[in-house]
Amino acid sequence: MSGQPTLERGSAAGDLLPVVTRERGQRQVFCGLAGIVWLHRKIQDAFFLVIGSRTCAHLLQSAAGVMIFAEPRFATAILHERDLAGLADCNAELDRVVAEVLERRPDIGTLFLVGSCPSEVIKLDLAKAAERLSGVYSGRVRILDYSASGLETTFTQGEDACLKALVPELPQLPSGERSLLVLGTLPDVVEDQFARLFAELGIGPVHFLPPRRTTAFPPLGSGTKILLAQPFLGETARACEARGARLLSAPYPFGIEGTLGWLRAATEAWGVTGEVLDAVTAPAIARAQRGLAHHRESLEGKRISFLPDSQLEIPLARFLQRECGMELVEVGTPFLDRQLMAEEMRLLPEGVRLTEGQDLERQLDRLRADRPDLTVCGLGLANPLESEGLRTKWSIELVFTPVHGFDQAADLAELFARPLRRAALLRV
Amino acid sequence: MQLTLWTYEGPPHIGAMRVVASMQGVHLVLHAPQGDTYADLLFTMIERRGTRPPVSYTTFQARELGSDTAELVKNCVGEAFERFKPRVLLVGEACTAELIQDQPGALARGMGLPVPVLSLELPAYARKECWGANETFYQLVRGLLKPRVPEAGRHPEPRPADRCPRANLLGPTALGFRCRDDVEEVTRLLASVGVDVHVVAPLGATPEDLLRIPEADFNVCLYPETADQTCLWLERMFGQPTVKTVPIGIGATRDFLDEVGRIAGIDVTDAKSPISSRMPWYSRSVDSTYLTGKRVFIFADATHAVAAARMCAEELGFMVVGIGTYAREFARDVRECAKRYGVEPLITDDYLEVEKRAAELQPELMLGTQMERHIAKRLGIPCAVISAPVHVQDFPARYAPQMGFEGANVMFDTWVHPLMMGLEEHLITMFREDFEFHDAATPSHLGSRVGASRPTEAGSQAVAESADSPMQADASTIIWAAEAEQELKKIPFFVRGKARRNTERFAAEQGIQTITVETLYDAKAHFGR
Repeated sequence: MSGQPTLERGSAAGDLLPVVTRERGQRQVFCGLAGIVWLHRKIQDAFFLVIGSRTCAHLLQSAAGVMIFAEPRFATAILHERDLAGLADCNAELDRVVAEVLERRPDIGTLFLVGSCPSEVIKLDLAKAAERLSGVYSGRVRILDYSASGLETTFTQGEDACLKALVPELPQLPSGERSLLVLGTLPDVVEDQFARLFAELGIGPVHFLPPRRTTAFPPLGSGTKILLAQPFLGETARACEARGARLLSAPYPFGIEGTLGWLRAATEAWGVTGEVLDAVTAPAIARAQRGLAHHRESLEGKRISFLPDSQLEIPLARFLQRECGMELVEVGTPFLDRQLMAEEMRLLPEGVRLTEGQDLERQLDRLRADRPDLTVCGLGLANPLESEGLRTKWSIELVFTPVHGFDQAADLAELFARPLRRAALLRV
Repeated sequence: MQLTLWTYEGPPHIGAMRVVASMQGVHLVLHAPQGDTYADLLFTMIERRGTRPPVSYTTFQARELGSDTAELVKNCVGEAFERFKPRVLLVGEACTAELIQDQPGALARGMGLPVPVLSLELPAYARKECWGANETFYQLVRGLLKPRVPEAGRHPEPRPADRCPRANLLGPTALGFRCRDDVEEVTRLLASVGVDVHVVAPLGATPEDLLRIPEADFNVCLYPETADQTCLWLERMFGQPTVKTVPIGIGATRDFLDEVGRIAGIDVTDAKSPISSRMPWYSRSVDSTYLTGKRVFIFADATHAVAAARMCAEELGFMVVGIGTYAREFARDVRECAKRYGVEPLITDDYLEVEKRAAELQPELMLGTQMERHIAKRLGIPCAVISAPVHVQDFPARYAPQMGFEGANVMFDTWVHPLMMGLEEHLITMFREDFEFHDAATPSHLGSRVGASRPTEAGSQAVAESADSPMQADASTIIWAAEAEQELKKIPFFVRGKARRNTERFAAEQGIQTITVETLYDAKAHFGR
């Protein structure tokens, strides 16, 4: 808690990038373990075994509690006092727990050993464990590891760590061949929409990471162009680049503008003309415009603040400001990757208040002074803010709901319009 | 290491949070990494509280390890004190902080704050949530009252003849099961025999209230899981007797009144059968005959499990086929109870073991926690929740206590509802061969019950569509392209029927013969507002 925030100038090039205020203090953000909650729904033959404390198990349960209707494909190996005593013992314990999991779920194709704060502090070597166990189960189950500890990752960075762990597993794309790889967990319906658009544009082959099943890993090589569907996958993108792939610079596919810009980056890489892009996307854009028009009415001129949570804040703020006419009061992000956010930052209005990191109490002070019409925040804060008369939107919903692409643009706007509509409706 | 899918209890610092979140004027500084702040949502989302729990987290990160985490603690304590001005400050650490051994309690005490600073030892790798709540409450009461403990051998002064007996209600906390309503019900119950409630703690109490605890004549240990240590200590140090019966169920409520009467020296006869107590008659009524011998499996905290078993056996005529608890500290009570009903007790905090036992027993009703709700759903067994851990639906808007006579009424309703109604069950037995009343028919009130009786998705869709006869003529001329049909299947099942009908209506209006994926999304854009 360093007290005074530090100011940082936009960029060396001196263009009109917004000034970022950095804060350090109490944070109200999930740790990377929370990513398991959507990753295990997406990768249907994967199982996530967290090696951690009772707190980790409780966190996963609380974060996922509302959403899990079937038996989860995740679990926690809870460390006890005797595990902390000697590390040799710990590995034997881990082997036993893994055997238990695999016996219970013989359908598992890939098992992730997920590191946590305590396993990191006691320096439990999960990479080694994964290697050892891979030998034991070779040919049957793939065993990988990554860390999603709160010491290293916030919320959505857990997905980044997980996908990065997959990169070395991807088969080599033969040289001379090219492919498009879309990074980031997308609901199946959105993935299919994008796949159709790419096909119509003549771009292909197109692969998605994470895949629905780990038996269908996409190939990767120097002919691979990467598009990020989610803005929090910097590490994964860099790991792909290290294998020769090239990251396409683009805004993120939220709203019409973002989706079009995102597709354009691919068409340019494939040498597809602007005319083709326009022709292919025109019907979807027209639909999206019709859908958006309705919500724009309730959003236009309304003031919105984002508390830092999912790293989706900047692209969403851009969409709400440019396509829905909202006014940005403060845009907080837990972590700002300037390279991945470059295209988005250019689209933000001049003078926007952009904060990185968090000092919760000070941020809440500002929020109370600003009194925006809508605040995007985590689950722990929503009800207390509502009780202060501030309308809120849970940021976690934006990670689970299909919100990417043209056909979801109106759905995305609706997520923000609904709390406002409700506020206008209620007489209690 | 222990493998868990779900857990019954959080770590001990969650127990500490339950105590401080229950109180006013107390603040907890928790040395914990970023991410541990998830705990706030238990209170604000699951319990639907309008305020954040009074907890400040140090939220340390990897780059700070080994350098300035101690400084972080001091800053956090200082800022929390300045901002929240608590009258008592508690300092504790979560599991990761325990490993890095900063001793935040000692650091905070060294800061010379002008209020009591209590340091909590919450061993995260050995203990759990209920223990943490019990310990925190005990440390708070002991920390504040220690200077006031009378000399050994000095007995409390007898109650003046002209003053009502006074009782403290100890143990209700945030995130407990129906604590708020239980406090109201027990207060009413005590008033009916002329006993005043003096202090309720921790729920709603201030540090000053805790200082007034010794002024009461006796303590009611309402939730032993959180208050038994405190009650024991008060009994030892201040000579305050403890009422140990927990008034859950008709019989237990009468026993509770008897115990209060004995300790307070008052007559309780008239209060033991109030007209508000409808449960005994409902249970005797002929419609309840079908409840006889229903096989029930109970798994909960010890207090609610033991109380539920007695109600099942004595007040509802069920058969207890299994009982267990996740609260190891109170395992003895549950073992004794199991012996009374001739069943094998299950003492475990392993959700998978409970699931296994439930699958073996195949009970007709499960009484348990949110976890048993998951288990029961998976196994297709009716279930009612009787204990923490709970979910948002277990904090109902209406008054729904578990304790006292009204509590028994509430439980009659909530335990019987998941079962088939008496008449319905009779009919099924009587018309066993009838096509409508067969064993596999879904009970009338459980439209979406999981199990063998659940209609297939295709079946229900066919029904939904044939019911939609006005659309039939138009829809029959419209064809779904295979790709569009595939796309439709990706839409969640609970809105798929609506999407299908809307798309067909849209196609009919537009004169479209073949529904393509484009049509599907055009219709979505058309209706989607």
